[in-house]
Amino acid sequence: MSNQIIQGILLGGYYALIACGLSFMFSVMRIINLAHGSLAVFAAYALWLLASRFHVSPFVGLLIVLPLMAVIGWTLQRFLLERSARGGALLPILTTFGLAIVIDNLLFEQFGADTRSLAPYIGSLSYDSWEWPGSIYVGKLAVIMFATAVVLLGGLQLFLTHTRLGRSIRATSEDPDTAGLVGVDARCANAIAAAIAMVTVGLAGAFLGMRATFDPYAGAPQLLFAFEAAVIGGAGSLWGTLIGGIVLALAQTLGAQVHPQGFLIGGHAVFLVVLFVRLSTSGLGLRGLLRLPSRSAS
Amino acid sequence: MSASTSPVIERGTATSRIAAVAVAVIIALLAIAPQFLSAGAVDRMTALFIYVILAAMWNALAGFGGLVSVGQQVFFGLGAYFAIRLADAGLNPFASLFVSAIVVGVVSVPLSLFMLRLRNGEFAIGMWVIAALTHLLVNLDRLVQGETGTSLISLNVYDAGTRRMTIYWLALASMTALLAMLFGLLRGSTGAAIRAIRDNEDAAASVGVRVTGTKRLLFVLAAFGIGIAGALWLATSITFQPKTYFNVQWTAYMIFMVLVGGIGTFEGAILGALVFFLIETWFGGAGVWYLIGLGATAVLFSLFLPRGLWGTVEERFGLRLLPVGYRVRLPGNPTAPADDGTAPSPRQTTQHQEKA
Amino acid sequence: MSLLSVENLVVRHGLLQAVRGVSFTIERGETLALVGANGAGKTTLLRAIAGAHQPAAGRVLMDGADLTGVPSHKRVGMGIALVPEGRKLFVQMTVEENLLLGKTAGRPGDWSVDKVLEMFPNLKPRRHARTGHLSGGEQQATAIGRALMSNPDVLLLDEVSLGLSPLIVDRVYAALQGLISSGTTIILVEQDLNRALAVSDRVICMLEGRVALEGSSKTVSRDEVTKAYFGLHRKSSGSVPA
Repeated sequence: MSNQIIQGILLGGYYALIACGLSFMFSVMRIINLAHGSLAVFAAYALWLLASRFHVSPFVGLLIVLPLMAVIGWTLQRFLLERSARGGALLPILTTFGLAIVIDNLLFEQFGADTRSLAPYIGSLSYDSWEWPGSIYVGKLAVIMFATAVVLLGGLQLFLTHTRLGRSIRATSEDPDTAGLVGVDARCANAIAAAIAMVTVGLAGAFLGMRATFDPYAGAPQLLFAFEAAVIGGAGSLWGTLIGGIVLALAQTLGAQVHPQGFLIGGHAVFLVVLFVRLSTSGLGLRGLLRLPSRSAS
Repeated sequence: MSASTSPVIERGTATSRIAAVAVAVIIALLAIAPQFLSAGAVDRMTALFIYVILAAMWNALAGFGGLVSVGQQVFFGLGAYFAIRLADAGLNPFASLFVSAIVVGVVSVPLSLFMLRLRNGEFAIGMWVIAALTHLLVNLDRLVQGETGTSLISLNVYDAGTRRMTIYWLALASMTALLAMLFGLLRGSTGAAIRAIRDNEDAAASVGVRVTGTKRLLFVLAAFGIGIAGALWLATSITFQPKTYFNVQWTAYMIFMVLVGGIGTFEGAILGALVFFLIETWFGGAGVWYLIGLGATAVLFSLFLPRGLWGTVEERFGLRLLPVGYRVRLPGNPTAPADDGTAPSPRQTTQHQEKA
Repeated sequence: MSLLSVENLVVRHGLLQAVRGVSFTIERGETLALVGANGAGKTTLLRAIAGAHQPAAGRVLMDGADLTGVPSHKRVGMGIALVPEGRKLFVQMTVEENLLLGKTAGRPGDWSVDKVLEMFPNLKPRRHARTGHLSGGEQQATAIGRALMSNPDVLLLDEVSLGLSPLIVDRVYAALQGLISSGTTIILVEQDLNRALAVSDRVICMLEGRVALEGSSKTVSRDEVTKAYFGLHRKSSGSVPA
């Protein structure tokens, strides 16, 4: 049992990875990007293509794919989201949902329905494990994944609090008009934030591909996982996202113990329970299920 | 606005009175149409009616209630699932279609207590989680046999011809009734509240509009209507596979129809359903490219024509066939901004209606 | 050439015309006071100069360069800084972070966090406190400091005394006096007429979006300004600028 708990915690690292981009973008631009999961799957396919066609290891492939994701994020914000957000809070939901459909089906058109995985291209890492005291075996990949999540979240936190660009992004997220009046190019800050978010999505996509299989329509569940982890952990800091990811993964692990189909049900159920508790305790002030990660920073 | 002229408040226009007659004629023609149509055409028309229901219901929620949901497939799937369950329990299959929709409506009430407290994107994706979870739970039902699915077997006691005609008329009647309900709702006292919420939720709340109650009404109506659509779809296709019915594709279709037709306009949703129906008829065979086209069109409309086809026409020409609001005409100054033509008209009508 | 000139500026909020054809210039080192009743268009005028509102007609020139279409953040880079009405601090961020944000435009100059803290010693112990937790006077000091951090050529001050106790207002103005005598160009909006006339070289009184009176603060009489303030000058004399 303790073995499963440890596996669950490590899996939480993956959910934190995929959630942090979603909540980061929401906190800065107030947009929930419904194409989030599809973009992660896109990144996984990009790595798969590099590995299978050009024999580029997925880790090396990240050097190509992550900058590509940054460019996509920047472009997305500048040409799609910025325009769409001017039409109100509802329009970006529709725009990004349409985008998700386009991406999913383009992937299907290009790569077919077969499920793929990056596992064959990372050698023994996909199955190697360390033995911990108490005859607990932890997968090396899972540990790397968790460590990446911690480093990424911590790095993002430091970036937001200690750099000029980070301050500009936080100022923009708080009040874009006033940010402009003190000299911050709010459009640029938003575009950079979107680029950063997409880099995290690229990383999440890489781990998705390494730890499991994916197909062109795998984006939707990833979006739901990201959203659930972000909401569960949404106490206001990036570290909350990590906790949210761990809770989600543990609930799934527990669900799988109860019933063969219980993995996903457990995850959704814990999300709804947390939501219910949050709603019944917070009163009406529920503008921010997903809150600003910078708020806890001081 | 000068005080010397006395404004005339209108609830319809000459065009709208002609349109009302035309609507009655069209419905009558549709009712007798199966006599002249091939079996395949009847099936397609049934599908069209279901699309109109889906579009109108999603529009009621998003266009009028300001609630964008990407999880409406939950009600579509539940409409079909409850119909299976009810028929299995011995209810007449045709009756079970409508009892099922009522059950869906009832289920949506407690759900609304919970979900309506979420905002914007959180509501949208929260509904998706609900749909995903419901799908998984329905899969657990032994009767459904997981993704293998089951069928509405009891419908097979009727011969194919009778079945086809009955479903056609049921779909036509359901569509007409739901549209009439929505129209009545929008023209009645709730309509003013609905339009006030659509234009500015916080302002509406501050002047005493019952925001949550009105939203709940729309949420339940949409659940009920989409439940009927799902049950009717089950009746046309007989087989029930959870994966097909709980597919987010259904919501994608709804969004496409409403976005293209004109979000927040009564006529727009119907127009959008027609456009979608034609596109599906012509390009549905193109498979994946067809879906890419739908998604891309939705993106382009949301960016460049967010008011949709009908909204744009309405704005440009002041045309209103089925008026759900009020119009104020200033006799002295027919080109005043209060008269629609320059300003976005729905907002104008609301503003003046509230003053009246 | 004037440092800043405003030519026939018209600014609308929807159907409402807040500023209706305002023209004036300000020379380097000058202090200009804008007075007028609530709703006269003073705040809108300042915000339009800073680039927060796009004018419907007319233009703003800085050092002869047309600012039409220049977004607000670039105007900061060109030397225009606004201390907005209501202070508009980033309340989730600390005093120091707010001040550092003022440096974003990267204009050369000698303003620094330490210099601001020297000017407003009351901020020293609050350096790492979030501005949401500060008192009104501390917040105002931070807002002024944030604008100064961009080393502006023109400082626009919108009602810096709003909501502050008289004692604190005195303190803020004492600090501003140093700026004024050091030759910083300032346009300030101030409700207190005596104070406005005392600190400025020139005064403009606005009425319903127009300039009702313009004159030297030293020679103009308080009575004249009061008349222009309430629109009484229209009956009494023909000295209304077009």
